[in-house]
Amino acid sequence: MSDFSFFLLHMSFFLSTFAGEIETIYIMKKLLLGDEAIAQGAIDAGLSGVYAYPGTPSTEVTEYIQSKVISNQQSAISIQCRWAANEKTAMEAALGMSYMGKRALVCMKHVGMNVCADAFMNAAITGVNGGLIVLAADDPSMHSSQNEQDSRFYAKFAMIPCLEPSNQQEAYDMMAYGFELSEQLRTPILMRVTTRMAHSRAVVNITEKPRPQNERSMPKDVNHFILLPAFAKRNYAELVAAQPSFVAHSETDGHNVYVKGSHPEKAIVTTGIAYNYLMENYQAEMGCSILKITQYPIPAAPVAQMVADGAKEILVMEEGQPVVEELLRGMVPSEIKIEGRLTGVLPRMGELSPDAVRTAIGLEALPTYAKEAIVVGRPPALCQGCGHRDMYTALNEVAREYENARIFGDIGCYTLGALSPFHAIHACVEMGASVTMAKGAADAGQHPAIAVIGDSTFTHSGMTGLLDCVNAKANVVVLISDNLTTGMTGGQDSAGTGRLEQICIGLGVEPEHVRVVVPLPKNMEEIKGVLREEIDYNGTSVVIARRECIQTLKRHLKAAKNN
Amino acid sequence: MKKDIILAGVGGQGILSIATVIGEAALQEGLYLKQAEVHGMSQRGGDVQSNLRLSSEPIMSDLIPKGGADLIISLEPMEALRYVEYLAPDGWIVTSCVPFLNIPNYPEIEAVLERIKAYEHHVLLDVEALAKEAGAPAQAANMVLLGAAIPMLGIEHDKMIAGVSRVFARKGEAVVETNVKAVEAGFNHSGIKN
Repeated sequence: MSDFSFFLLHMSFFLSTFAGEIETIYIMKKLLLGDEAIAQGAIDAGLSGVYAYPGTPSTEVTEYIQSKVISNQQSAISIQCRWAANEKTAMEAALGMSYMGKRALVCMKHVGMNVCADAFMNAAITGVNGGLIVLAADDPSMHSSQNEQDSRFYAKFAMIPCLEPSNQQEAYDMMAYGFELSEQLRTPILMRVTTRMAHSRAVVNITEKPRPQNERSMPKDVNHFILLPAFAKRNYAELVAAQPSFVAHSETDGHNVYVKGSHPEKAIVTTGIAYNYLMENYQAEMGCSILKITQYPIPAAPVAQMVADGAKEILVMEEGQPVVEELLRGMVPSEIKIEGRLTGVLPRMGELSPDAVRTAIGLEALPTYAKEAIVVGRPPALCQGCGHRDMYTALNEVAREYENARIFGDIGCYTLGALSPFHAIHACVEMGASVTMAKGAADAGQHPAIAVIGDSTFTHSGMTGLLDCVNAKANVVVLISDNLTTGMTGGQDSAGTGRLEQICIGLGVEPEHVRVVVPLPKNMEEIKGVLREEIDYNGTSVVIARRECIQTLKRHLKAAKNN
Repeated sequence: MKKDIILAGVGGQGILSIATVIGEAALQEGLYLKQAEVHGMSQRGGDVQSNLRLSSEPIMSDLIPKGGADLIISLEPMEALRYVEYLAPDGWIVTSCVPFLNIPNYPEIEAVLERIKAYEHHVLLDVEALAKEAGAPAQAANMVLLGAAIPMLGIEHDKMIAGVSRVFARKGEAVVETNVKAVEAGFNHSGIKN
């Protein structure tokens, strides 16, 4: 965690007139990551619970709230902020908190939206009682992810409003707004950010007077939350009927800004942080009409105005997939040319950059130096002293004894076992897939079929797959590389720590085939022996290789020394 | 005033501490600041960078455009060269000369250093040796590097030292003193005067 104490610059206050009265509003300045601005905004908007599973670039939202709750124990800020087992349990618990009339926030990386999609889509049908914001942090360019899906599709899919702040201040301000809007419209709100918003710092003005949390209150009509077809049809009809009001809020609440240019035949639409890249390069004499979108559904009125003002060509700049670019095609006359990622004016893939935007508006690149040919890649690697290393060393040696062993990997630090020097895994798709892909491969006749999964990923999405294995007596070895933490995202609590054997036995794995080893070089022969025995056993086995993450160990030792 | 700075290194080397000190001093000066960081997978020993932008005017983009950086500050020589596309023609490279060897195909270090010397505006220092010479631990190498970059930062030397003191204040007087010594050592060896 960062240290925030020295970021407290100074406090100032100013006067504002509100309903005819003079009110003093205290403002404090803090240097915050986008994620932290979102967290602070939620706290100041009367948040009662944050529910999340760690995932880059969303992790710091929950960590920040956790740090505030701990540091404020005396002043008794009470916000539930324990990590959830996965994004689906997080979304459901948040809906329960909202059901009770309180404000809840769910945080995840973009692929977490897939995990919680069932709960998310249906929360749009139930609607909410207390305000509910779902924060999805997308990772275009896949800095730390397996795809670059765009979460705005989920908002469109669920037919709910979406907020996409363009800077840290807007991110902070939009939390209070988002909760108000959620309660007013009785709908969950999706907030979508991307890596550069989540992980960039700027000074944010925050209120000194946080809003109190909501009192508990039951839903006025409990049938809204009972999705029997008869009730769900009524709810869905209400959601459909509410769509024009969602658009109206996009048009009138001030988050979408349209400015007519002096040469309005050229228009630019930006979403989220793309606006910053445009403004970095924009020259006033270009005279384009500019529509800055930070709230969805797409505001229809300014788009129509842009056309009425004479737009002949619209350039769309957006982080992620060409969501707005596609939708605009159905909103403007077909003779208007729409340019963007689909037409190649901007790159089809990856995050935007000031450079890509500069080229797109027809400016020459700035003079600079050519790339240095001497520079070679430096891919990330497992830490020296990491238990996953010893686990892979043993596993590789045993796997080589078989003609064609297949090792199905999973999501976490140990995915790096795919790279040099181990080249140990033959698949890695999504959370939990190691267990069930190994099962499917075993069903198809593969032997040995081995899954490698971390402890946190196992409790996130591996347990149900293991139950499938047990029920089918699948001939697989599930190797849980247990480092007692959620390592890749920086060492958050892992949901099954201390109970993995019980969980596996409880799911029906025979106790004599739940084996525990300590991945250290001195134990190499023992580990290999255990792996051979369990590979040769015709049924479902679990081998737990357990040793604390070297990073959290260092932290724990340092903390112990300081105490 | 506008300074666009790329901080470079290998995950775990401590580039963010340099950013924290510069940021602290810049905010005291009343400058605007944006700082994009790398979190997640590449922190595991991969190449990492942070874009730090300071300006007396509001800053739009969180990322520095190619050709826009006034300064590359790097804790590793090859990592300094990774970002030269971002360097303005009159920009500076301030880098450690000590390679971080965690890959099998690291190029010949002499060749890497030759490439750095080809840039007219460069400062190449053994920051670890300078830290030791100044009586500071090797971990303070990043503060030596920061000291060497002070003349190019557009923030006065004394204000940077005050920033170091504030950032390390909660760790006690001795830690502040060690880090200030490290910064001074770098400053005295940068070969450039304010």
